[in-house]
Amino acid sequence: MKEITYLEAIHEALDEALSNDEKVYLLGEDIGVYGGGFGATKGLLEKYGAGRIRSTPISESAITGVAVGSAMTGMRPIMELQFSDFVTIAMDQLVNQAAKIHYMYGGSTKVPLVMRTAAGSGTGAAAQHSQSLENWLAHVPGLKVVQPSCAYDAKGLLHAAVEDNNPVMFYEHKLLYPLKEEVPESKFLIPLGVAAVKRAGSDLTIVATGIMVHKAIAAAEILAQSGIEAEIIDPRTLVPLDEDTILRSVAKTRRLLVVTEAVKRSGFGGEIAAVVAESDLSMQLLAPIMRLGGKAIPIPCQQDLEYAAVPQIEDIVKSAMKQMDAFKGGLV
Amino acid sequence: MFTYDRVLNKCKKGRVEMKLANEAGFSNNDFIEMYRKMWQIRIFEETLEQLYKNGEIHGTMHLCTGQEATAAGSAGLLRKQDWITSTHRNHGHSIAKGTSIEAMLAEILGKKTGTNQGKGGSMHIADPDHGHLGSNGIVGAGFPIAAGAALTAQMNGTDQVVICYSGDGATNEGSFHEAMNLASLWHLPVIYFVENNQYGMSTATADSMNIRHISQRSQSYGIEGITIDGNDLIEVINTTFRAIQKAQSGGGPTLIEAMTYRYCGHSKSDQRLYRKKTEEQWWQDNFDPIKRTKKTLLEHGILTKEECAQIPLVVQTEIKAAVVKVRKDPKPDLTDLETQVYAE
Repeated sequence: MKEITYLEAIHEALDEALSNDEKVYLLGEDIGVYGGGFGATKGLLEKYGAGRIRSTPISESAITGVAVGSAMTGMRPIMELQFSDFVTIAMDQLVNQAAKIHYMYGGSTKVPLVMRTAAGSGTGAAAQHSQSLENWLAHVPGLKVVQPSCAYDAKGLLHAAVEDNNPVMFYEHKLLYPLKEEVPESKFLIPLGVAAVKRAGSDLTIVATGIMVHKAIAAAEILAQSGIEAEIIDPRTLVPLDEDTILRSVAKTRRLLVVTEAVKRSGFGGEIAAVVAESDLSMQLLAPIMRLGGKAIPIPCQQDLEYAAVPQIEDIVKSAMKQMDAFKGGLV
Repeated sequence: MFTYDRVLNKCKKGRVEMKLANEAGFSNNDFIEMYRKMWQIRIFEETLEQLYKNGEIHGTMHLCTGQEATAAGSAGLLRKQDWITSTHRNHGHSIAKGTSIEAMLAEILGKKTGTNQGKGGSMHIADPDHGHLGSNGIVGAGFPIAAGAALTAQMNGTDQVVICYSGDGATNEGSFHEAMNLASLWHLPVIYFVENNQYGMSTATADSMNIRHISQRSQSYGIEGITIDGNDLIEVINTTFRAIQKAQSGGGPTLIEAMTYRYCGHSKSDQRLYRKKTEEQWWQDNFDPIKRTKKTLLEHGILTKEECAQIPLVVQTEIKAAVVKVRKDPKPDLTDLETQVYAE
C-alpha cells in the first residue's frame, strides 16, 4: 500500500490497464503531452506512444463514435471527456449507440468502452463546466455508471470498468483529484454494483454519492458530538445499484437521508429514496425520507454563490437533526 | 463469386482499371452473380412491400428499390472480414455484404430467428459474422463508428477496410464533419459512400445545401471526393475498387458520392407529395440500374436474353420459399424481453 491521490490512482489504473492488455487504448482531447484535462494521462504518451495514446481534435461526437466503433470490433477504448458537461455533445453516441447496440443487435455485438470524465462544481468554472449529469446516463438502459469517491475506489473501480464488456460511464469529481489515501500498488478490482459502508452508525442512514461522501462523513463527526451516529453508504456505482446494502442499513437505522451534488429535481437521489420507499421498510421508518441535492439553478461562478448552490456539511447536519427531531416529535 | 480478392489478383498483374468483366479479367459468372444480387435486392424489397400490405410487418421500413447498383457494386467487392456500417435504408447493403436473406426476412417479420433475434427490425439489421457492423436509425451516427472500426484495423495492422454508407441528408449532420476530419487526420482505411438519392426524406438536396456536389465537402478535410453515376454498376465497382486499394495502402479515406434515386417514398407513410410522378418515371425509364446492367451484359454476350429473364424468376422463387419458411419460425419469447441489455 502506498499513499497516493485520487488522480494518481486513476493514472495508475490507466497505466496498468494499458500495460496488461494491448487492446486497451486511450483517446480524448489533449491527453498526450498535456496529460489530459486534469493530468490523469500524464506521461502515458511517452510510455505507450501516439498509437495508443490518441490525442484527438475537439470533436466529442467523433471521439465517442470512434470509441464505439473500435469497441464493437475488438478494442477496449478508454475515452476522456475533459468536462462532464461535454457529454451533451457526445450524447447520441452514448445514448443511442453505445447503450443500445448489444440489445438492438440481438446480443451479437459488445461495446466495451469506458468514458472517463471530470464532473462537479467548486472550481469557479461556472455553469458549463461544473455540472453533475450522471443521472442522465443512469437513466439509460445499457449503460453502467460509476462514481468513485476516493482514491482506493477509483483505482479498483476503473480496473473493473475497463474489464467490463459494456459501456461504462466513469464520473470523477474535480475536487477529489488531490485527496490522498492508501491504495494497493498493484492491480485490483472492485466489482461494479457493490456499495461501501464508509462509516458505521445506528441512528440514521446517509446515502451519499461522489464528493458528498466526504461531506457526509464530516457531518457525521459533528452529529456524533450530539450523540447521533450516522451510517454512511456510498453506492460507488449508480448502475448497477447495490440496493441490498442500502436496505440493510435502513432496516437498522429506520431513517434515510440521501445526498447528491447533482440537482435534486429528477436526480438520482430520488431513485435511492424510492428504493426504500417502495420496500417493506417504508412502513417502519421513524421519519420521512429526505433528499439533499443541488439547487435547481445553473452553477454560478462567484465563490459564495457556487458554495450555496450544492449541499454542504452544515446542510447535511441540519437535515440529519431534522430527521432525528421527527422521531422526538412522536412519529413512531 | 465476384470478390475483391479476384480484382486484386488481376490488379497485381498490372491491370488497375476495369471497364467490364472481360476487360478486367472477371469471369462471366462473376458478373452474373452481381446481376443476380441486384435482382435479389429488388425482389426482396418488392416482397416486403407486399408483406407490409398484407399486414405482416410491424413497424415501418425504408426500401432501396432503384439503388441496387450502389449496394451491389460496393459492398459486393468486400471480403467477409471487411466491415460495413449502414443506415435505415440498409437492405441492399446487407444483402450485398452477404447477410442471409432468410435471416433478414425473419428479423423484419419479428422472428426469433432474425438477424437481431427480433429486437432490431428492418432499420437495425446487423450481422457481424459477415462483417456487417449494423444499421443505424440515427442519421449520421455511422460516420464516427465506421472510423472507429477502421482504427481497429489500423491498430491491429490488418488490411481490413470499412465502407460507411449514408444518404445525402446525413452529410448535413455534425458527425459527418467530425468523422471526416478525424478519419483524414489518422489516415483511416474507411470509405464514406454517400448514396445521393436526391432527397433527405422530403427535402431535396438543393434545399438543404448550397453546393452542387456532396463530394466537394471532402476538400475541407484533405481527402479525395468523387461524384459518380451510382446507377452504373461498372462505375460503382471501379470507383470503390480504387478507394479500397487506397485505403489498404495507407492512403486514408475517400468520399464517394453516388448519384441515384429511390423509387419509393422515404418510409411507409410517405406519399411523395414533394416530387412529380413524371420525375420518378423519367428515372425509372432512363436510369434503372438493373436495366442498364442487363443491357451491358447482353451487349457483351455475357448473358442471353433468355438467361436474363431466368434470373429474376429464380430469385423470386427463392425469396418466396424463404417467406413461406420464415413465417413458421417462432417469435421471440417474452423471457427474451430483458435479456441482452448488458453483455456478460
